[in-house]
Amino acid sequence: MTPAIAFRNLTLGYDRLPAVQNLETQIVEGSLTAVVGPNGAGKSTLLKGMTGSLVPLEGQIKISGFRSKDIAYLPQQSEIDRTFPITVFDLVAMGLWHEIGSFWGLNRAQRLRAEKAIAAVGLTGLEDRPIGSLSGGQTQRVLFARLLLQDARLFLLDEPFTAIDARTMADLIEVVRNWHSEGRTVLAVLHDHETVNTYFPQTLMLAREMVAHGPTEQVLTS
Amino acid sequence: MIWTAVLEPFADFGFMRRALLGCLAISVGATPVGVFLMLRRMSLTGDAMAHAILPGAAIGYLVSGLSLGAMTIGGLIAGMIVALASGFVARVTALREDASLAAFYLISLALGVLIVSTRGSNVDLMHVLFGTVLALDDAALILPFFIARLSIFTLAILSRPLVMECAYPQFLRSVSKLSAVAHLTFLTLVVMNLVAGFHALGTLMAVGIMILPAAAGRFWAASIGGLLAVAFVVAALSSVVGLLLSYHFALPSGPAIILVAGIAYALSLIFGPVGGLLAQTLPRRQLET
Repeated sequence: MTPAIAFRNLTLGYDRLPAVQNLETQIVEGSLTAVVGPNGAGKSTLLKGMTGSLVPLEGQIKISGFRSKDIAYLPQQSEIDRTFPITVFDLVAMGLWHEIGSFWGLNRAQRLRAEKAIAAVGLTGLEDRPIGSLSGGQTQRVLFARLLLQDARLFLLDEPFTAIDARTMADLIEVVRNWHSEGRTVLAVLHDHETVNTYFPQTLMLAREMVAHGPTEQVLTS
Repeated sequence: MIWTAVLEPFADFGFMRRALLGCLAISVGATPVGVFLMLRRMSLTGDAMAHAILPGAAIGYLVSGLSLGAMTIGGLIAGMIVALASGFVARVTALREDASLAAFYLISLALGVLIVSTRGSNVDLMHVLFGTVLALDDAALILPFFIARLSIFTLAILSRPLVMECAYPQFLRSVSKLSAVAHLTFLTLVVMNLVAGFHALGTLMAVGIMILPAAAGRFWAASIGGLLAVAFVVAALSSVVGLLLSYHFALPSGPAIILVAGIAYALSLIFGPVGGLLAQTLPRRQLET
């Protein structure tokens, strides 16, 4: 089993106050791992550290064999300004950032790929709608379409199933399971233990420090 | 009648044509910057930066009198110092950026007024604070044209990072290192456009042509392209109408232009189809009947 991510005595935080402390473990390539823990346990902070937007206060995160374009990050839905006048299509197309960069436009093939990603999450016909007019579940589908388009090998999902309806959740869990079956590595911050138990073989439990990491049935019953 | 009221002032007087050209050039550069300021929820930052350029312009005035070059360079330096210093203080201390910016711009404003008052007359102070749009010479016209072209070019290159920085900042930070570069470049554009505007409209009024048309546009357009177009049209019309009002009723031109933009904002607030007051109340009334 190849370790995709190794946390070495990792401490992450804000204003020199640690939110994650002395984390020492590794995530195996191709694994589907839930990150669980109480509020303030440092789950989202850990994902921000892995994207590079937060520099470790101590220790390091070693991500082996992945280039930056291989990593796709889904922040919490609350991080999006839904009053901003951007359409569904334009937001989904941002998944092509590593191909089009900050300046270039989309060619025909890239447009088709974006439309296909929108269709895959069941939002065909809503391409020109501003994101502010969507429901919470539809917005999450848009963000997943952006992830699909990014075609990454490592997915970091921060509360992907929070505040969405059961149908949307079932559809999006299917997307995540497809990624796993294709050998992609997925790390998802979750609160619902039933979802974790049912769909996530591995669990990392945090409470600032690591409480447990391993097979879900062992971690959640320990 | 229309010729006399609308066209004759511009046809007969060079200073009116220059004033109009200057205001249109300022509108081209300042309105897109204003739209992004508003979308980034930084409208009051624009106001603070407008005050912040005053001591630089005043020192330029102290060194070279009413020299366009010296006051422009002074304003640019002062604005950038305040922008960078307030950002730095916010990052290394517990003070948030809005409070830090407020502190720096208030110090700048007091310093600027003090410097102008020490050597100049009240007339000079009024010139710096409220501008002299009817006295723009060739050099004062070239500056806003140059800054407008630079702004459009830079915004065209940076529009995608700027949009994502507003709409989805965590995503931008995960795919690109451009977040900080885009922010800093954008602040530079804000300062440059305020400097371009202050010769015509003054340090206190320059921000008006930036923010009011953008705020008005928010009630008419639901897309960024639409917002940019409406904001420019509002700024351009405000310039024309404001200058004409100033000509016919002997009003100060800068405040007249900004007040017309303010009226356009108020009308948009009431009648605008995108979230305007009437648009929000009418459907409810229909439901009640």
